[in-house]
Amino acid sequence: MCITCGCGTDSAQIVKKDRHHKHSHGSQNGELHSHDHHHHHDHEAPHGHDHSHSHTQNETRQHNTESRMIHLEKDILHENALLAARNRGYLDAKGILAINLVSSPGSGKTMLLERTLTDLNEELMFSVIEGDQQTTVDADRIEATGTNAVQINTGKGCHLDAHMVMHAIRDLKPAEESVLFIENVGNLVCPSMFDLGENERVVIISVTEGDDKPLKYPDMFLTSESCIINKIDLLPYVPFDCDKLIENAKKINPNLTFFQVSCTTGEGLDSWYDWLRECSSGLKNG
Amino acid sequence: MHELSIVLNIVEIVEKEAFKAGAESVSAIELDIGKLSTIEPAAFEFAWKHGIRDSVLEMSQLKMNYISGRGKCSECDTLFEMNELYDPCPECGSFFSEIMEGKEMNIKSIRIEERLET
Repeated sequence: MCITCGCGTDSAQIVKKDRHHKHSHGSQNGELHSHDHHHHHDHEAPHGHDHSHSHTQNETRQHNTESRMIHLEKDILHENALLAARNRGYLDAKGILAINLVSSPGSGKTMLLERTLTDLNEELMFSVIEGDQQTTVDADRIEATGTNAVQINTGKGCHLDAHMVMHAIRDLKPAEESVLFIENVGNLVCPSMFDLGENERVVIISVTEGDDKPLKYPDMFLTSESCIINKIDLLPYVPFDCDKLIENAKKINPNLTFFQVSCTTGEGLDSWYDWLRECSSGLKNG
Repeated sequence: MHELSIVLNIVEIVEKEAFKAGAESVSAIELDIGKLSTIEPAAFEFAWKHGIRDSVLEMSQLKMNYISGRGKCSECDTLFEMNELYDPCPECGSFFSEIMEGKEMNIKSIRIEERLET
């Protein structure tokens, strides 16, 4: 049982990899650690109790029970916010830059990571938390670059939450002053609501998806700091207008920083790498 | 379908509160949900029916207060009704704005049923 949260058994699973044999791939060699992400913490927010009794409610029970109103005024995602703050504090103390990558399925998150981890291998230390409903395919791809990775399988869950990430960080033990990438479940809606404790949220959109996507899925663009437009090598073949995409995204979040890249040709990746270096050194120095 | 996660979070919070209060059951719950909060009412209702099964909320009456979006322009301080996150300021047309209301996702209150000693 988890000491922090008392979780027992249930859906989300963290698949641990054998870090001493990074290049042995088989998804069967991982140890399965199963836990319940519906936790039972005992953090209490102050709340008022109204002790005025009403005997007019619930006619069927009025002879042996009485009603009492409790005013909670409690944020439904309060527990997630607490755990995210806990993750953030841990990562901050260790000088770790945590980046939450969010997008629809198929936008190229994993390939962006493969390129980044390979190209900046000599300069920065990396580790990766992979979130998918099923399989360790993505964690296997990341480990093939020589980077430590853990896979969270959310089962039927459509997003990562701060609790799953807390456990994954515990398993992964990212090095001090390193960069931790968290590749969220491919979904442009649900992950926007769940703070994981990251420093930066980066939304990725590929040019095959349509330049009106920010207007259709505004929350992800509202809650992100940066936006990567991926697969720009395909621009000659698709009706996608980068300027239009940027204009639409800025209607929702005028503060977004944009990168236009192709992970296939490498075009535009330098500015993404410069930004990563800047964020990482900014965290180390201050 | 994050609505199901939201419902399960509500169940968890309410079960904890009900246990603490020594309640036998919860007969009513009132939620404040912002219209800009990504909660889709139809999806929420569907998730609610399934998510509350076998919980203290199973027999409870649900009251939803949908709270309209309100923004404040960062350029000219105009307060305006926000139906979409990309609504510009009606006065100056700026997209730089702060969301004042409409992102709420709160449990406002619950009504618990206590067994009488007599």
